[in-house]
Amino acid sequence: MADAVAKTDPTEAMIAARSMPKGTWVQPLREDALARLRAMGLPQRRDEYWKYTRPDTLTQADAPLAAVLEADEAPMFADVDCLQIVFVDGEFDSEASDDLNLEGITIERLATSDTDLHWAKNLYGVLETRGQSPVARPLAALNTAFATDGILIHVTGKPSKPVNLTYHHKSESSDAILHHCIKLDAGAEMTLLENGPAAARFNKVLEVEVGDDASFHHIRTQGRDHERRAATHIFARLGTQSAFRSFTMTVNGVLTRNECVIELTGDDAIANVAGACVGDGEFLHDDTVFITHDAVNCQSRQVFKKVLRNGATGIFQGKILVKAGAQKTDGYQISQSLLLDGDSQFLAKPELEIYADDVACSHGSTSGAIDEDALFYLRSRGAPEAEATNLLTLAFLAEAVDEIEHEDLREDITNRLGAWLQRHRG
Amino acid sequence: MLSIKNLQVKLEDEDKQILKGVDLEIKGGEVHAIMGPNGSGKSTLSYVLSGKGGYEVTGGSAALEGVDLLEMEPEERAAAGLFLAFQYPVEIPGVGNMTFLRTAVNAQRKARGEEEMSAAEFLKVVRARAKDLKIDADMLKRPVNMGFSGGEKKRNEILQMAMLEPKMCILDETDSGLDVDAMKLVSEGVNALRSEGRGFLVITHYQRLLDHIKPDVVHIMSDGRIIKTGGPDLALEVENNGYADILAEVV
Repeated sequence: MADAVAKTDPTEAMIAARSMPKGTWVQPLREDALARLRAMGLPQRRDEYWKYTRPDTLTQADAPLAAVLEADEAPMFADVDCLQIVFVDGEFDSEASDDLNLEGITIERLATSDTDLHWAKNLYGVLETRGQSPVARPLAALNTAFATDGILIHVTGKPSKPVNLTYHHKSESSDAILHHCIKLDAGAEMTLLENGPAAARFNKVLEVEVGDDASFHHIRTQGRDHERRAATHIFARLGTQSAFRSFTMTVNGVLTRNECVIELTGDDAIANVAGACVGDGEFLHDDTVFITHDAVNCQSRQVFKKVLRNGATGIFQGKILVKAGAQKTDGYQISQSLLLDGDSQFLAKPELEIYADDVACSHGSTSGAIDEDALFYLRSRGAPEAEATNLLTLAFLAEAVDEIEHEDLREDITNRLGAWLQRHRG
Repeated sequence: MLSIKNLQVKLEDEDKQILKGVDLEIKGGEVHAIMGPNGSGKSTLSYVLSGKGGYEVTGGSAALEGVDLLEMEPEERAAAGLFLAFQYPVEIPGVGNMTFLRTAVNAQRKARGEEEMSAAEFLKVVRARAKDLKIDADMLKRPVNMGFSGGEKKRNEILQMAMLEPKMCILDETDSGLDVDAMKLVSEGVNALRSEGRGFLVITHYQRLLDHIKPDVVHIMSDGRIIKTGGPDLALEVENNGYADILAEVV
C-alpha cells in the first residue's frame, strides 16, 4: 500500500527515495521537518508561488542528469585569502579543505556534530520554520529533513578572513542536499563566500542569525555548468543595528531558484540582497525574495539585474512586508532585465504589503533592450558593436554588482561577467 | 580629405527625402561651416556621414581620403578618422567616462593595427587634455555625461576629439546650449586641434561660434541641398539679414 502511495504522490516518492541521516541533537529537528514536508507537500505547478517556474525537475525523486563542465577558468575567489571548505557533489572533501580553525569563530560539520547541548539546536530548521509562513517553502523543509551535511559556524568575534565554501560538481547524476547554520553573536562580523555548481541537482539551505550590532556579508557564485539545477534558500533574522548583505552571481544553469527570506526583528537593522545573472539559451533563473520589516527604522534593499538572450527566462518575485509598528521603514526594490533579443522573457512580480503609516517603500521593475543611442555613441567613437554591447551590458549589471562592498571581490565578479559576455557575444 | 558627391538620403521607414544631392569638398587644414534654417538637413548630413541607423542612401557618394565611408560600420568610420561631436551627447549610466575614453582610443588603435595605449600613458595624456578644457578629475570619474551640464557635455565631446585625434571632425551645433564663456572654452579646444592634416565641418545656426572658430568656407544649406557657398562674410550676411534674402536669390 505504501508503495502505491509513493508511486502516485511526488512527496512520498521523494521521501521514499532517500534515507534520513543519523544524528544526535539534530534528529528531532529532522523529524519535525519531515512532518512539515508531509503536511504541505512538495510544490506543484498549480501553486501560485511556482507560477512562473516549473518545479517538476526539482521535485522528482531522482535528479535529472547534468553534464560536468570542464573548467577553463581559474576557480572563483582563488586569490582571496580565506578558509577553504570543499564539497564534491555534496560530500565533504577533507583533503581539499583547510583545518576548520579560525580565530573568532568555531566551525563544525553537521554530519559529525554530536554534542547534545549544541547551539545550533536553536537555529537548525528554526528560521526555516518561521519562513514557512505566510508562504510554504517545501523544498526547504525537505532540506532540513534530509540534508546529509553542512557547516555550522558560530561567530563570536571578527575572523581575519572569509570562509569560502566551494562546491565541485563531478558526477552527472549527483543530487546534493546541504544545510548550513551561522550564528553571529552581538558585535561579531563575518564574510561567507560560496562558489561552484555543487551537483547535478543542489538543494541548499542557509540559516543565519545576525545578533545585535553584528554584520554578515555573503557573496556567492553558482558555477557555470549549463545543465545543473539548484533550489536554494537563505533564511535570515536580524537583530538591532545589525547588517546583512548578500550578493549572488549566476551564469548559466538550466534551472535556478534562489529564495531569500529575511526578517528584520531589531531596530535600525539593514538588509541588502542583490543578484546579477546572465543566461543564454536554455536557462531559467528565479529570484524569490521575502523581506519582513518587524522593527523600527530598518532599511532593506533588493537589487536584481538579469541579462537574457536566446530564449532565456528570468523571474523575480519580491515582496516587502511592513508589519504594524515597523515605522520609519525604508524599503527599496528594483528588478530589471536586459533582453538581448526578442526571444527571451522576464517575468516580475513585485509586491509591497504595508501596515505601518510612516514608511518609505519603492519598487520598480523594467525590461528593455540595449539603448540604441548609447550603442551608436560608443560605436561612433570606435568601439566595435560587440564590445560596445558588452560595455553597456556590464554597465547594466553594475548597479547590482556595486552592492558588494569588498572592492577586490567586486572587480573579480565584474571580470567574470565580462568574460561570460565575451564567450556569449551575439 | 572629405569628398561628398550628389549625396541623396531618405528616412529608412518613411518615404521622405532629406538630402537631395549634397556636394561638398573639404581639404586638409580647412574649416567649413554649414548654416541653414531648421529642417534643412544639416544634422542628417552629420548622422549619415558617421553611420547612424534609420537613414537610407539613395544616391551619390561620400569618401574620406578616397575611402568610401557609406559602406563602413560606424566604428570603422571612426577608425578611418571621422569624428562627430554630437549636438546632444548621450548619457550612459554605469560606464565611467575614463573607461569610455580608453575603450574608444584603444579600439581605434587596434583597428588601425597600432599598439594600445598603456593605462599610465593614457592617464597622463587624458589629464593634460582635460586640464586644457577645464574638465576636472571628478567629471572623468563620473559615468559618461551623467549629471553633466550642457557646457560640460560639449567640453567632454571636445575632450574625446582631442584624445582620438581624428582627421575629419564634424561639429553638430556644438554651440547650442553654451554660454559665452563655455563657447570660448570649447572654441579654444577646437582651435588647438586645427592643423594642416585635419579638416573641420562646423554645423551651426549662429555667426557667434564662427567668431571664435574662423571658417575658410561657409555653405548655406536649404531643403537638402547646399544652395550657396562663400567666404566668412556669408555668415555675417545671414546674421544680419536672415536666410530670406539668400533663399529668394537662389529661387
